[in-house]
Amino acid sequence: MDDLLSEFLTETSESLSTLDVELVKLEQNPNDPDILSNIFRLVHTIKGTCGFLGLPRLEAVAHAGENVLGKIRDGELVVTADAVTLVLESIDTIKYLLGELEQNEAEPDGNDAELIGRLNHFADTGEIPGAAPAAEAASAEDEAADETPMTDDERLQAAFDSAEYDPDFEIPDQPAAAAAEPAPEAPAKPATPPAAAKSQEVAPAAKPAEKAKAEAPRGEAKESSVAAQTIRVNVELLENLMTLVSELVLTRNQLLQMVRGKDDSEFTVPLQRLSHITTDLQEGVMKTRMQPIGNAWAKLPRIVRDLALEMNKKIDLQMIGADTELDRQVLELIKDPLTHMVRNSADHGLEDIQGRRDAGKPETGTVTLNAYHEGGHIIIEISDDGRGLNLERIKEKAIANGLATESELEGMGDQQIQQFIFKAGFSTAEKVTSVSGRGVGMDVVRTNIEKIGGTVELKSVEGRGSTFIIKIPLTLAIVSALIVESGGERFAIPQISVLELVRASNNSEHSIERIHDTPVLRLRNRLLPLVTLKKILGLDTSEESDEAVDEEAFIVVAQVGTYSFGIIVDRVFDTEEIVVKPVAPILRDLSLFSGNTILGDGSVIMILDPNGIATRTGEITVGGSQGVEGKAKADASDRETTSMLVFRAGGNEVRAVPLALVARLEEIDVENIEHSNGRPLVQYRGKLMPLVFIDGSYQMKAEGRQPTLVFQDRERTMGLVVDEIVDIVDDVLNVELTADQDGLVGSAVIDGKATDLIDAGYYLELAFSDWFGNEEAGSEKKSVLLIDDSPFFRNLLTPMLSVSGFKVTAVENAEQAMELKNRGTMFDAIISDIEMPGMNGFEFAEALQNDELWGEVPIIALSSHTSEEDFERGRQVGFSDYVAKFDRDALVSTLVQTLSSM
Amino acid sequence: MSDKNALVPSQEKGGALELGGDSQDFVTANIGKQLFGIPVLTVQDVLGPQRITRIPLSPPEVAGSLNLRGRIVTAIDVRKRLGLRDREDDDPGMSIVVDQGGELYSLMVDQVGEVLSVPKKAFEQNPATLDPRWREFSDGIFRLDKKLLVILDVARLLDFTSSIKQAG
Repeated sequence: MDDLLSEFLTETSESLSTLDVELVKLEQNPNDPDILSNIFRLVHTIKGTCGFLGLPRLEAVAHAGENVLGKIRDGELVVTADAVTLVLESIDTIKYLLGELEQNEAEPDGNDAELIGRLNHFADTGEIPGAAPAAEAASAEDEAADETPMTDDERLQAAFDSAEYDPDFEIPDQPAAAAAEPAPEAPAKPATPPAAAKSQEVAPAAKPAEKAKAEAPRGEAKESSVAAQTIRVNVELLENLMTLVSELVLTRNQLLQMVRGKDDSEFTVPLQRLSHITTDLQEGVMKTRMQPIGNAWAKLPRIVRDLALEMNKKIDLQMIGADTELDRQVLELIKDPLTHMVRNSADHGLEDIQGRRDAGKPETGTVTLNAYHEGGHIIIEISDDGRGLNLERIKEKAIANGLATESELEGMGDQQIQQFIFKAGFSTAEKVTSVSGRGVGMDVVRTNIEKIGGTVELKSVEGRGSTFIIKIPLTLAIVSALIVESGGERFAIPQISVLELVRASNNSEHSIERIHDTPVLRLRNRLLPLVTLKKILGLDTSEESDEAVDEEAFIVVAQVGTYSFGIIVDRVFDTEEIVVKPVAPILRDLSLFSGNTILGDGSVIMILDPNGIATRTGEITVGGSQGVEGKAKADASDRETTSMLVFRAGGNEVRAVPLALVARLEEIDVENIEHSNGRPLVQYRGKLMPLVFIDGSYQMKAEGRQPTLVFQDRERTMGLVVDEIVDIVDDVLNVELTADQDGLVGSAVIDGKATDLIDAGYYLELAFSDWFGNEEAGSEKKSVLLIDDSPFFRNLLTPMLSVSGFKVTAVENAEQAMELKNRGTMFDAIISDIEMPGMNGFEFAEALQNDELWGEVPIIALSSHTSEEDFERGRQVGFSDYVAKFDRDALVSTLVQTLSSM
Repeated sequence: MSDKNALVPSQEKGGALELGGDSQDFVTANIGKQLFGIPVLTVQDVLGPQRITRIPLSPPEVAGSLNLRGRIVTAIDVRKRLGLRDREDDDPGMSIVVDQGGELYSLMVDQVGEVLSVPKKAFEQNPATLDPRWREFSDGIFRLDKKLLVILDVARLLDFTSSIKQAG
């Protein structure tokens, strides 16, 4: 059964049992507002969830019930025994519908108009109508039975025709409730996938008819069996159990250690028992977290079927190993990447029917999902027998995107070139379809998989198909790790990223060589870059010469994506199963560690993150960005671009801020930094300028010069200390997600890289807590209404205008602005975007022209189109002025002028 | 393992009840000659010397992490945090374990003393001339006989985002 549906059933059954009790309580205490609001809330939740899941019939009943309850709550209706009976009746109907849902995974056809009618009648008049005449119900039944089941789908129709159909068994004893229960169920989707291999023909017109065989609907509401079989337990409770069990295992190991060597100890036998039980307990607790991977696949047949219809393809989705179990947490995290990849395979991978015929392949393409266990990992293969990756197209695209030059591509193997599809903004689909081709796909997939310590590999033969192989750990809680020592400290390296161990010494076949102090290792005819763990961790206290290292060293060859490198360590111990625990919040920004753990001997040990080491030590991406000149900008010319200042501060990720917000770039000498009131300051142009850091854990250089972004507003300046100013990039801004984190507006792909956009307003406030409030004491602030559909610009302009002393109200479209107007809100000026969904800026201005309330309010248009015609049109519809987007100064000065001329 | 080092079992922390009104209870600790107090209800545990794992690249005030009955506890060197010099003798010192936002932190001090119940009327604000760093971490002062008790604000002591870090 669909995960979501089954959760809904469990949850709703729980709510319903509560409701029964509460309603009876209400009957006894009709005036208790607490009981009433609780009931109202429960019904409301059921209604809301139904709407979300697309269960219209349930929703309608719940809605009518909620109506009545709402009236009672508002005091318009009085609680009587009859009223409660009526509400209980609607609850019974909901229960009955839920029972149907549970059996057939779809709502029964028909409607509950009669019950809803009575509920509504009661809600409107407060009178309980008599039970509906039997004849009416009967006729409704006939009518419903005559109706063709609701479907516009031939496939379903075919299923119905062949299904057993017996109108006589409809609701024999449904108490004057639901009008009719006509057609048997035709589930839109199959039941839970059977454990073994299973093939689903999703091409149009083929659907096993027996799937549609309906079971007789149950007339009376019964206890949900789904709900009875499971109990819901807080994940936190399981986590705690897991911790306790880990602790128990540790203690057991210690006890075993103590008894070992004492053969005749009286503890031996009981300890052995304890040991067994502990092991069983550990397995049992682990199992509570395990779920079959089929759960993550449940939605795929439907997705592929829809795709097949839309793209006019025939696709056979094979799912093998659906019962392979893995940790629930991992399952949640791979669900989306998997869905994306299957979509990709079906959309881009497979040819259409004609294409397949031409290529001499069977018309039906196959997408195969295969999951299995291998050495503590789960392997998921997603393969298709489609056209494979087109190397030429990838090369073209790589050159066009400035990811690599032609000569670089020459030197690359096919495998390396294929890796480009994992780069951000890379899509070889000729056109963007509703399913894929937007170029934000494979890089996100890879990032997500790597986030959980997994890897993605790709094999593709042109014309024969592609296979993606995902390797993920069984569980995030317990991983196998290699324990190494460096600088006297022990560290764990997750086994999944370790390729091999090499012992290098001067007189063996592997020896460390140096290029200008940079160590490298010849390994099977390749040069492997090396990093010294001691050095990057800052543990290099002894003045040990490089020669001593070269004499004998252990090298852990690690792989991150396609980049492999060696980590020089002092010693290698064995591997150990470790329980990964997150590090304390104050250490979160140490990107070299992915967590910490407690070893069998009870000591705490840090877990190294090979990803972090790789990024720390150098460029790891294939090709990388080739600097400013290699950028492809041509295709972006017709879209709005923004100048962004790209910089690094605290860590390796790149961040950006719109250039328009930055007043100057300065380098300040660390020596000149003074402290006042515990906060750093520098003297800057005869004034004191406070410095802020990207986050609290940011560490400045001990000496030398530190680049600083200077933000200025009238008399005040503020410096944001950064590590390095990377570039100024003109790019189309597409803010991907809004970060909840303080100081971030969101992330965007800038120059092909995921970049965090910082929120300048946040830092301004950090420097001067009164930055935005400084004008209150003086003249009344002018209020400005800002209309822009892009959340990014709202976030950008709001702080900017606030800084300039305006009180800003931001809304996302003209309709919302109209609402404000209707509520009588007044503004001194309006700034409106032109291109907006729904009512655009011109229409908006036109609508306001003769408005009695807002007719006199100046409107400033904000647009990237600043041609003469645009100006003219703007003036005609009543815009007071026209300002180009991103022109901060012009916007502010226009605002000031407009307001002062009034 | 660490249990034998726990001088005050964690269960006992509920024993020191807030009697309301007139007095407040603090676990006292010595760093150098100065007496510090930590509100008794925030204290989870008091530990003797522990095996501490260093954390490379961490802020200097973070001494490392240790295992307290299966939970990883971050050890904070309160001396460094207060801008004091390291101890000259080899006494390993003791630690007070506090809970901050669900995470455990072990505050390393020279010596942990008794639980003191002090009258509220002995409370004083921080003197304005106090070292700014101390002023940031201190909630105020209690006047005791012959001694002054500086109350540590644990939340601010552990908030590494608001204060500026000092090198070394």
